[in-house]
Amino acid sequence: MEAYLSLFVRAVFVENLALAFFLGMCTFLAISKRIDTALGLGAAVIAVQTLTIPINYFIYNHLLKQGALAWAGFPEVDLSFLGLVCYIGVIAAFVQILEMVLDKYFPKLFNALGLFLPLITVNCAILGGSLFMVERNYTFSESVMFGLGSGFGWALALAALAGIREKLKYSDVPDGLQGLGITFVTVGLMSLAFMAFSGIQL
Amino acid sequence: MADKLGKTLTDPLVDNNPVTLQILGICSALAVTTSLLPSLLMSAAVICVLIFATAAISLLRHQIPTNTRLIVQMTIIASAVIVVDQVLKAYAYETSKQLSVFVGLIITNCIVLGRAEAFAIKNPVGPSILDGIGNGLGYSIILIAVATIRELFGSGKLLGQTVLPTAAEGGWYVPNGMMLLPPSAFFIIGLLIWAIRSWKKQQVERPDYQIHEVHRTEVL
Repeated sequence: MEAYLSLFVRAVFVENLALAFFLGMCTFLAISKRIDTALGLGAAVIAVQTLTIPINYFIYNHLLKQGALAWAGFPEVDLSFLGLVCYIGVIAAFVQILEMVLDKYFPKLFNALGLFLPLITVNCAILGGSLFMVERNYTFSESVMFGLGSGFGWALALAALAGIREKLKYSDVPDGLQGLGITFVTVGLMSLAFMAFSGIQL
Repeated sequence: MADKLGKTLTDPLVDNNPVTLQILGICSALAVTTSLLPSLLMSAAVICVLIFATAAISLLRHQIPTNTRLIVQMTIIASAVIVVDQVLKAYAYETSKQLSVFVGLIITNCIVLGRAEAFAIKNPVGPSILDGIGNGLGYSIILIAVATIRELFGSGKLLGQTVLPTAAEGGWYVPNGMMLLPPSAFFIIGLLIWAIRSWKKQQVERPDYQIHEVHRTEVL
């Protein structure tokens, strides 16, 4: 149990996908103007991340890995080169389902997210999560925990940035830096702060 | 008509740049810009993928059903990336070795899907290809600018050639180690945006909340 807890904490803080690995930056910068939209997107990313990583775990371990097809009578087949296409297919399918659900039940959030909802598909945090899961040889329960933790960490970073930006509205930023420019500088400073977590062993 | 097509090509260079205005393709702009050579290769690969993917998606735009369009688009983009990867392996093996990790990254480069969703899905093939090339070039400009600054000040070199002799090798320049860390890319892109918006005033975002009303009305 303790091992899972430390895996979760590590995925949230030490190996934060947004601020330590710089994955999913486009959505991170674009959807962080208001805390409530940021929380909505964060929840969507947590859902997609927690579901796709275990599914990709099954695909990798029971269909793609070398020797994984032994149950079907092909012990020598190694399909791991198909990994990228399969993971992105699963992710795209999930985002599409999420889009339909949001459109039907949460139209307000659906409109606020706009073009960036389909772009969750190409949110590298999600594909990156699946690739890390393969690279680090997680077990099934570890992959669930890692999916939850990394999604939560990304959502937390997004909410923190949105909080800072809501306060920044009241500061007198030079005209050219207004909006996107000052956001880049803010994220740079946030990621410098998050570098303090690097190297911590749990 | 030719005027409009030309605008589709040149607009994304500065006026509607994918990185500094549309906020697309940031991850790879941070990941590959520590030195100039990978940035140049990455730009070329992204332009190829953009041309192929926007052309294919625009050709199929009447056949792709709305509900499953994401999966279709991602499959097309992933195939384009795999084709570029295979061509590189066949004709420029050494180059492809240097690029191996980054080619896979193109699949999740949101410029490709972003342009497919925003332009190629509702426009004919010709303009879509021009839009793809234009956005690819706009992305390349930013990538090359950031990589030049980071490689020059981070290690005193350009394309592996020593420009500023570093103190460690008996020269005078003490390299700025922070330029090699990812946060520096944020600062450089932020400052680039400042520079571009001081030049192109219409890109300046209006503040949500005004403190000095007189000052703001003077400027905007």
